[in-house]
Amino acid sequence: MSIKQLHQLLPGESAQIISFHKDLTLQSRLVEMGILPGVEIRLLKKGPFNGPIEIKVRCYEVALRYKDAMQINVS
Amino acid sequence: MATNLPLIALMGNPNSGKTAIFNLLTGMNQKVSNYPGITVEQRRGNAQLTDNSTVEIMDMPGTYSLTPESLDEKIVAQQTLKWLNGIDRPAAIISVVDAGNLSRNLYLTSQVMELGIPVIIALNMMDRLKRKNQEIDSVKLQKMLGAHAVIPMSAQEKWGINELQAELTDVITKENIEVCSHIQMEIPKEIEKIINPISEFLHNKCDHDNYITNVQALRLITRKSAFDLYSECEDLSSSEIKSLILLRDKVAHEIDELGLNHRILEATLRFEMLDNTLKDLTLINQNEIKNQSRSERVDKMLTHKWLGPLIFLTLLYGIFQSIFIWATIPMQYIDSGVGYLGNYCVQLFSPGILRDLLVEGIISGVGAILIFLPQILILIFFMTILEDTGYMARVAFMMDKLMNKIGLQGKSVLPLMSGYACAIPGIMATRTIDSWKERMITIIVLPLISCSARLPVYTLMIGAFIPNKPILGFLNLQGLTMVFMYFLGTVTAMIIAAIISRFIEEKGKSSFVMEMPPYRMPLAVSLFRQVYIRGKLFVINAGKIIMAISIVLWFLASFPKPESDTVSFSIQDSYAGKIGHAIEPVIAPLGFDWKIGVGLITSFAAREVVVSTLATLYNVEDEGDDFVGITEALKNEVNPLTGLPRYTPLVALSIMVFYVYAAQCMATFAIVKNETNSWKWPLIMIAYMMGLAYIGSLLVYQGGQVLGFV
Ligand SMILES: Nc1nc2c(ncn2[C@@H]2O[C@H](COP(=O)(O)OP(=O)(O)OP(=O)(O)O)[C@@H](O)[C@H]2O)c(=O)[nH]1
Ligand SMILES: [Mg+2]
Repeated sequence: MSIKQLHQLLPGESAQIISFHKDLTLQSRLVEMGILPGVEIRLLKKGPFNGPIEIKVRCYEVALRYKDAMQINVS
Repeated sequence: MATNLPLIALMGNPNSGKTAIFNLLTGMNQKVSNYPGITVEQRRGNAQLTDNSTVEIMDMPGTYSLTPESLDEKIVAQQTLKWLNGIDRPAAIISVVDAGNLSRNLYLTSQVMELGIPVIIALNMMDRLKRKNQEIDSVKLQKMLGAHAVIPMSAQEKWGINELQAELTDVITKENIEVCSHIQMEIPKEIEKIINPISEFLHNKCDHDNYITNVQALRLITRKSAFDLYSECEDLSSSEIKSLILLRDKVAHEIDELGLNHRILEATLRFEMLDNTLKDLTLINQNEIKNQSRSERVDKMLTHKWLGPLIFLTLLYGIFQSIFIWATIPMQYIDSGVGYLGNYCVQLFSPGILRDLLVEGIISGVGAILIFLPQILILIFFMTILEDTGYMARVAFMMDKLMNKIGLQGKSVLPLMSGYACAIPGIMATRTIDSWKERMITIIVLPLISCSARLPVYTLMIGAFIPNKPILGFLNLQGLTMVFMYFLGTVTAMIIAAIISRFIEEKGKSSFVMEMPPYRMPLAVSLFRQVYIRGKLFVINAGKIIMAISIVLWFLASFPKPESDTVSFSIQDSYAGKIGHAIEPVIAPLGFDWKIGVGLITSFAAREVVVSTLATLYNVEDEGDDFVGITEALKNEVNPLTGLPRYTPLVALSIMVFYVYAAQCMATFAIVKNETNSWKWPLIMIAYMMGLAYIGSLLVYQGGQVLGFV
């Protein structure tokens, strides 16, 4: 499987988190919510006009900004 | 209020049900709602466990970890650091865990279990699991985690609470409880060696055991907020901070050289341990993320690209319009009830000062406000539904991008929407916004959102002066005017936000990560409880503030009495009349007369007071013995110079626009001062809002006259 960024997934597509870009300051919080490398996620929805995206991870749903999703590598 | 009762703290992720459990234990009525981040301050209450043991329970804001991102989380993190230093340590902690989301929730639990305080895990929301035919072996879980107890429960269906109370009794009666967490993470030797300089530094400040010192060191290097929290709480000197920063940068660098990532190290180690431990628990379903939940299906429509915003706007429109339309009948009942009571008192008592005070001061003043109760209840009813279903979190999701363009963000939506009821809880709710700048802007524009105290003003003016005409068949001019006032305040708030966001400097970084809680049917019980609580607050307020002001005002309007009986009393010569006439020149260009002027002054206590003020003034002025209804009085008021009606639809519009903008609620500014720690922001708010109000009204009144309206 090739590596891409979270925002490139299609709605409904699942993937595994590989790594974070080092500039993503948000990563410290994401990992505390259980969103860390090695974890399976599924993209639920992309908001209009590059608005937030919604993903499902560990039995819950969470929204992130599009620009942050661009810094998360998945495969 | 210091008590010697044993203290029990409630901790857990946002929206896990802490406050619901708090309410069950204490019998109190704190706000519970389906939105992460409802509780933003500590609350304490007493709970009777058995006949002879009482404890003090402390409800705390929700947090995902002990490193804070926002102010509400910081309260929790600060508190735990204090406990570590032996200050105000609780006898036990109830770690509230959403059973449907174990692995994420246990992250915080594992951090909390390292504090050396007995931890009882409340495995909440078990009802949801039961519905899905899932089980959790709580005995096994308790052994695995090493918690004092694990209690499956449902705060909503109210079971498991007795067992929780029994465990609490157990903890506070036993002495020397051994606390031993089984879920400590393993810190590899090489990492321990790298972080050692920091650990030594920390050890010199505070003598904790090695493990917790290492954990603190790991946490300190993850990010600035962790570092700042520590240096604030330990009161480090600036030279200490400097050397600690040097250590931190060196250690972080060395960790990254190993191919690790210092920003996520603690969480990575912890989740490795947790996921490994929980693997045995059959419950953790790896395929869970593949299943389509009910919320996801509902969201297909409610957060649809363009249908979603459309639904939201329609809902808002519907709510504001219905406030006006649905409330008319109960309002008429209350109105005639108050009128009946007033006239009854007129007949019952003999004429004199006391009767005047009762009828003209109290009944007319308080009564004029009470009739707006149905409207406020309807508003609270709808707002509570939006929040309790989980819809508000979706609105935050949909609005984030748009809000970001004007210096706000998705999490500003809930505070702004609460502003429709009252600015004060809205301002408190901004504590969940992690960016300082976005929080400030949200606070500054929040009072522009029309709160329920403006409702009486709008309703009175619309009811008296806007014709009840249908428009386009299904809309109605009065309802439309009402919606327009809400719209005006909201849009202005957005514009002001966009403008000031250029002048405020960012102190941190803006971010938006938000959990979307599952949709739920709102519980009728908690819905009506919310409505009841707010209704009660409104009535008590009417009873206290408004009664006091009405009495003072009645006095000012009725005295001084003319010296000789031959001259008849004119309200123009009273104290109130003199005050009103003094400011009349300033407000005359807006179309306001001296009576409205007096109302503007009394409005500083609370906006709705203007209505009771007018009611009192008209009743004092009226020479006959009848009780005067305020709508009629306004309609019949004649301008003595022109002989035409004093109040026209144009004046009414001007008054409404003034109230949309004017800074009048003292309580709001007090809370802003408190939340921002300076007088600067409240003063800025008063200045810009007053400017807007004056200019807005001036434009409406003068512009309207130019256009040929009278
Ligand atoms: N199904 C179910 N829902 C629950 C249970 N306990 C609480 N809830 C609901 O979960 C939501 C959150 O409850 P709160 O008590 O406000 O949660 P909290 O932990 O205080 O949340 P914050 O103050 O935002 O951190 C509310 O809608 C509750 O009605 C439960 O046992 N079962
Ligand atoms: Mg709460």
